[in-house]
Amino acid sequence: MIKPGSRWKSRVCTAEAVLIRPPKSEGLPQCGGVDMAPVGEEAAPADMQPGLDQGCVVGKRYRSEATGIELLCTKAGQGSLGFAGAALDPVEAKKLPSSD
Amino acid sequence: MRIPLLLELAAEAVPDRIAIDGSEGALSYAALQARAQAFAASLAGSPAAHIGYLGVNAPALPVALFGAALAGLPFCPLNYRLPDETLRRLAARLAPALIVADEAMADRLAGIHGIEILPRDALWRLTETPADGFVPVEGSDIAVLLFTSGTSGEPKAALLRHENLTSYVFQTVEFLGADEDEAALVSVPPYHVAAVSALLTSVYNGRRIVQLESFQPEAWVDSARRFAVTHAMLVPTMLGRVLDVLETAQATLPSLRALAYGGGRMPLPVIRRALDLLPGVAFTNAYGLTETSSTLSILGPEDHDAARSGEEESLRRLGSVGRPVPGVAVEIRDPDGRVLAAGEPGEIWVRGEQVSGEYVGRKATDDAGWFPTRDLGWFDEAGYLFIDGRLDDVIVRGGENISPGEIEDVLRQHPAVADVAVIGAPDQEWGERIVAFAVAQGTIPAEAELQDWVRTRLRSTKAPQQIFFRDMLPYNETGKLLRRTLRDELAAG
Repeated sequence: MIKPGSRWKSRVCTAEAVLIRPPKSEGLPQCGGVDMAPVGEEAAPADMQPGLDQGCVVGKRYRSEATGIELLCTKAGQGSLGFAGAALDPVEAKKLPSSD
Repeated sequence: MRIPLLLELAAEAVPDRIAIDGSEGALSYAALQARAQAFAASLAGSPAAHIGYLGVNAPALPVALFGAALAGLPFCPLNYRLPDETLRRLAARLAPALIVADEAMADRLAGIHGIEILPRDALWRLTETPADGFVPVEGSDIAVLLFTSGTSGEPKAALLRHENLTSYVFQTVEFLGADEDEAALVSVPPYHVAAVSALLTSVYNGRRIVQLESFQPEAWVDSARRFAVTHAMLVPTMLGRVLDVLETAQATLPSLRALAYGGGRMPLPVIRRALDLLPGVAFTNAYGLTETSSTLSILGPEDHDAARSGEEESLRRLGSVGRPVPGVAVEIRDPDGRVLAAGEPGEIWVRGEQVSGEYVGRKATDDAGWFPTRDLGWFDEAGYLFIDGRLDDVIVRGGENISPGEIEDVLRQHPAVADVAVIGAPDQEWGERIVAFAVAQGTIPAEAELQDWVRTRLRSTKAPQQIFFRDMLPYNETGKLLRRTLRDELAAG
C-alpha cells in the first residue's frame, strides 16, 4: 500500500506530487495517464495519454471521491494527475479565515 | 503523514522566502530546514524519548519542533511561568528527555534524573553546520505533547499525533496560499497550542512568522508596525491591552488585515471596542482546544462586519464562536449521551481527524471517535455555537444546574462592573451557593443592586448570594480565569 506523505514524479512531464490520502484500492498515482514513479528513483519517460493533458498547478490538491485518493501538486506539469486511468478533480480552494 | 513534510515542501518550493522573522533576525525556509535536520542528526544515539523546550518564542523553537519530528521524537514545550516545583515535576514526567532551555531558565531544571539540558545558544551553534545526507527517522506517531493548563487539577499531557496536526493544516490552509507580503505575528507562548498550530499552518501556507519573545502590549504594537504584520492571533486579555495601547498612543496598525482571537471568553465590550478602533481589519473568533489541534469553529469576518453595522442578530452572534470548520463535527449532548436540538444547552462533543482527545495513558474519545470537551454550549437555529463555560465550573444549587458564564455575562453589562467571576461555594442548605467576585468600574455598587440586576434579567435562583469586590481577578497569562484560586481563597476565609 502506498503511504501518505510519499513523493511521486511524473514520467510524462515535470509534475511532482505528494500523496495526501491513499486510494482505497491497489494502484499508483498517475500523471497524464501513466503511473508516476517514486521521487529519487530512475524512471523511464513515457507518452502522455490523450485527454489527460489538462495540467496541474503547484499548491493545488486533486482528489477522487470514488477511489479516495488525494494528491498535492508540488511541481507543475502538463499532465493531469489521475488514478486508475481517470483524471482527479481539483479541490476547491478554502475560504477559511486565518485563525491561529 | 508527518509534520516535517510541511517544512520540506516549503523549503523546496520557496527556499529563500523568510520563514521566521523577529528581533533575533530572519531565517529562510531553506535555513530552517537545514537547522532542523542538523538538530535531528545530532540526536542520533541519544537516549532521549522526548524533546522539551523551556523558553520564550525564538527561532530555536521551530528548529526544535521540526528537528524533534525529524528525529521521530515527540516535542513538548513547557510552561516557564509555572512555579519551580510544578515545572520540575512536569519535566520529570518527560524523562529520559533532552530539554532546550533559555540560558536564564536552564538552572530551574538542574539535577532532574533523566533530563539533559541543551542551552538555546548551544542549539543554535550546534545547528550551524548542515547535516548532509540526513535521513529522517520515522519514530513516534506523537508529534507534540502539551500539558493542559491545569486550572482544575494536575496538568494532563495532551498528545497530538502527526496525523491530527497534518489533517488540521490541510483542512485550514492551502500550500503556499499566502501572498508574499503576508506576515503573522505570534505572541502566544510556545506551550500554547496556538503557537504550535500557527507555526505549522504558516510554514505550509508560506506566510512569514514574526515572533514576539513574550506578550507585552507595547512590544506587540511596535512589532506589528516594524515587521509590517498582516495577520495576528490574540487571546482576549491581550486584545484588550493592545487596544489600550493603541488608544493611549494614538497609534495605528496600517499593514494589519486580519486579527483572530480565541483561547478564552471574549467580553462583548472588548470586541465591540476592537471593531470600532480597527475599522479596516477582518476579525475572526476561533474556538478550539489543545486536544483538538486548535480551531474547531470560527466566527468569521462577515459576521463581524454585520455586527459593526449594528444589526441586532449579528450583535447577538458576536457572543458565539460561529460555526464548525470543515472536517469537524460538533454535537451537543445531555449527561445520558442524547444529542440535543438547537437551543438546548449541554456538553460539546467533537469528532474529526484533527481531534486527538488523548492524553498520555488515557484516551478520552468514545468508540466512535467522539471527544467530550467538558465545555458547555448550545447551537442557535442557524447553527452558531455558543459556549457557556466549563462543565467542571457548573454550580449545582438545590438540584439546579447553573452556568457561571451566563451570570457573569449579565453582571458585566452593569455599568458599575468592569470584570466579574462567578463560582460555586459549598453550602449546608443548597449544596452550593453562588458567589461573585467583581471588579468595580468607578464607585463600588451596592450588593443588593447587583443581585436585583441578575434577578430581573435571569431569575432569582441565579442571583449571587455573596458578592466580593476585588482590585483585579486572577488570570493566567493566556487569559484563562483561575477559578480555582478564587475557590481556594474563599475556602481559606
